[in-house]
Amino acid sequence: MEETKPQLVKITFDGIEVEVEPGTTIMQAARKIAEADESQAALVPPAMCYYKPLPTSGGKCRACLVRVAQGSAKDPRPMPKLVPSCITQVQEGMVVENTSNQAVLDTRKSIVEFLLINHPLDCPICDQAGECHLQDFAFEHGSVNTRYEEDRRTFDKIDIGPYVQLHMTRCILCYRCVYTADQITDKRLHGVMNRGDASEISTYIEKAIDNDFSGNVIDVCPVGALTDKTFRFKNRVWFTKPEDAHRDCDKCCGKTTLWYRGDEVIRVTARKNTWGEVNDFICNTCRFEKKKTSDWVLEGPTKVKRSSVISANKYRADLVRKPDFAIKMAETQYKRIDDTRPYVTDDDTIRHQSIENNDKANHRSLLAKNN
Amino acid sequence: MAIKILTEHINTPGIETFDVYRQKGGYTAVEKAIKTMTPEEVVEEAKKSGVRGRGGAGFPMGMKWGFLAKPEGVPRYLVCNADESEPGTFKDHHLMKTIPHLLIEGMIISSFALGANKSFIYVRGELMYVIRILEQAIEEAKAKGFLGKNILGTGYDLELIVQPGGGAYICGEETALLESLEGKRGNPRNKPPFPAVKGLYQSPTVVNNVESISNMPWIINNGGDAYAAIGVGRSTGTKLISASGHINKPGVYEIELGVSVEEFLNSDEYCGGVRKGHHLKALVAGGSSVPILPAHLIMKTANGEDRLMSYESLSDGGFATGTMLGSGGFIVFDETACIVRNTWNFSRFYHHESCGQCSPCREGTGWMEKVLHRIEHGHGSMHDIDLLVDISKKIEGNTICPLGDAAAWPVASAIRHFRDEFMWHITNPHEASQPGAVYQGEMALV
Repeated sequence: MEETKPQLVKITFDGIEVEVEPGTTIMQAARKIAEADESQAALVPPAMCYYKPLPTSGGKCRACLVRVAQGSAKDPRPMPKLVPSCITQVQEGMVVENTSNQAVLDTRKSIVEFLLINHPLDCPICDQAGECHLQDFAFEHGSVNTRYEEDRRTFDKIDIGPYVQLHMTRCILCYRCVYTADQITDKRLHGVMNRGDASEISTYIEKAIDNDFSGNVIDVCPVGALTDKTFRFKNRVWFTKPEDAHRDCDKCCGKTTLWYRGDEVIRVTARKNTWGEVNDFICNTCRFEKKKTSDWVLEGPTKVKRSSVISANKYRADLVRKPDFAIKMAETQYKRIDDTRPYVTDDDTIRHQSIENNDKANHRSLLAKNN
Repeated sequence: MAIKILTEHINTPGIETFDVYRQKGGYTAVEKAIKTMTPEEVVEEAKKSGVRGRGGAGFPMGMKWGFLAKPEGVPRYLVCNADESEPGTFKDHHLMKTIPHLLIEGMIISSFALGANKSFIYVRGELMYVIRILEQAIEEAKAKGFLGKNILGTGYDLELIVQPGGGAYICGEETALLESLEGKRGNPRNKPPFPAVKGLYQSPTVVNNVESISNMPWIINNGGDAYAAIGVGRSTGTKLISASGHINKPGVYEIELGVSVEEFLNSDEYCGGVRKGHHLKALVAGGSSVPILPAHLIMKTANGEDRLMSYESLSDGGFATGTMLGSGGFIVFDETACIVRNTWNFSRFYHHESCGQCSPCREGTGWMEKVLHRIEHGHGSMHDIDLLVDISKKIEGNTICPLGDAAAWPVASAIRHFRDEFMWHITNPHEASQPGAVYQGEMALV
């Protein structure tokens, strides 16, 4: 008997036609385009709360809102509001506008602003910096300055269990860790308490999370709210070298990424795909206790995306080009900055000034010593 | 004398008991519907009546019933939304506590029409004594054979359950209500799927407001066409309006839709006018979430026509010069009311009640509240006004549920119509932050 394939659905995403299976979401269709042609990766809507391996996640952060210019071939009316692409299913003949629509980009910019107003912006001391989804999202879509003048929301750090620390101040309430705990571990002990901007991820009466898969909440966290206590303040992500490795584990699949600094394994995480998602969750033994190269069978260096901060020369514009829409947005923003400082371009002057500054600094320190 | 559908017998002593309610013609509609009509005929009457959802959105109830999916072997549910907690709206509370059997009769008819064998009344948690009244009434109806197994010998079973909520405003949103009813955290769901397809316990569900359901007995007794003859245009029937604020006679009034705003505000039958010696400054026509309008725009539309209490007339002119009927919370402000302080107060409510699920609402409502607090207390600057407009625009339409819109509209409309007053607060910070200080500049008072 011949296998009957389901009828494919054809949609247009930012002018690119793609055929996907019925029931696919707009986000997955966009990812399919990017997987076929890597140069289109910038078209994919950002996802802060959606996590494909966790069913029912998504729809909360509103970062992936897109405009549907044509609902379907049957009903060509546009959808009245922007729709979350991570949970909206495709229809035959749907026309979706993402980066080609200014309203979508404006909304995305405001979402960055909303997510950042209560974020501490402590990237310089945050372990997640370099692999933080919020950082990438803000870098690509955000504004350079803030309009928020009030106090930011703060919480105390909580130790949940021996391995995980919760730094609620950084949390963007994506609910991913709640779904992870709910869907892959036996006993769910943590959830969301309170409401509105006072909501917090927490365990009831600071109870420790104690089960074999609790470490996965670290991997799913898009920001630095849930961090690995065995790795805290050990190193910056971009100084480490990821290597794929596996071991024979009786609890999980044992497929991991080892993060080396020199010869030392300083961190073990699950393997993430192009979209920063973990497909195979790993157990706490693999993650926290096996930190010797001899514990593992090495497979080779992890493929690092060109746009990742771990990739060399990430911020050299001549090597890694920003997507066109991001350049356009940046141009419109930076022009408005009123920067009247006299920039010095002459090499000799710069050298002279720096010598002068050094002298001044030396003089000051000398004075301080003498006093 | 205007026609009364819901409140005709509301002042009869003992109407909360089954016997008195029955004497006044109660439960005849149940008998008529269950014994002589098919469920389809009941739905048809509801469609003919044109009764629109009284909870705020104004979606035709009959049409909503028509959308209910009817797969084989899957139970269907009817849920009555009695989680009324919008500032300025208190009509359902009044209706349920004085004449509980009207709601129960409506629930039996509606459940029968939808084929539901288990129906829920989700009552706001603060109204514990109303919950006891409803439960008492359900017991009485059950004893008389109008509820429970084999109602009136027709073979139709219905169990009616009263569920107290936890007192969250967000649980008045239908999908958050269903989550709460399932025993989960009251977070609104992403739509689609709509409750008519996947609602309570993943089964097809209809959620209706107390007042909408309470109209059903009259519609069955008198026919949908008779109901449609009342009112004006597509706003059929009567509506409960809960009037509050600076008026002589605050309270709950039943009006025929199409009464002019001026008549409702000034006639002795209803509000009895703005309190003596004062003038109307502004008016919120449908509960705190709808746009606030200044006196001249609420009396006449932008085209100079009389503004009527109907869905269409109040929304005439869109949000530029119009508002909405909403849930009928009629809040009147005279010239002693400070619009900035009022807007801050509304904003504080929405900040407190946001569920915290989606980012624009969670962060935006708090931000707006803080900026408004700053302006009200004399620390504002001119660009704060435009900032507020911008935040409200960015929240509106980008959230999972309508709470984001409800938080954005009052702020946007207050600035649209009372920008002078906001500017006065910023330019005279010391004077404006005194208690009771109100802008006395040029205003069109009526």
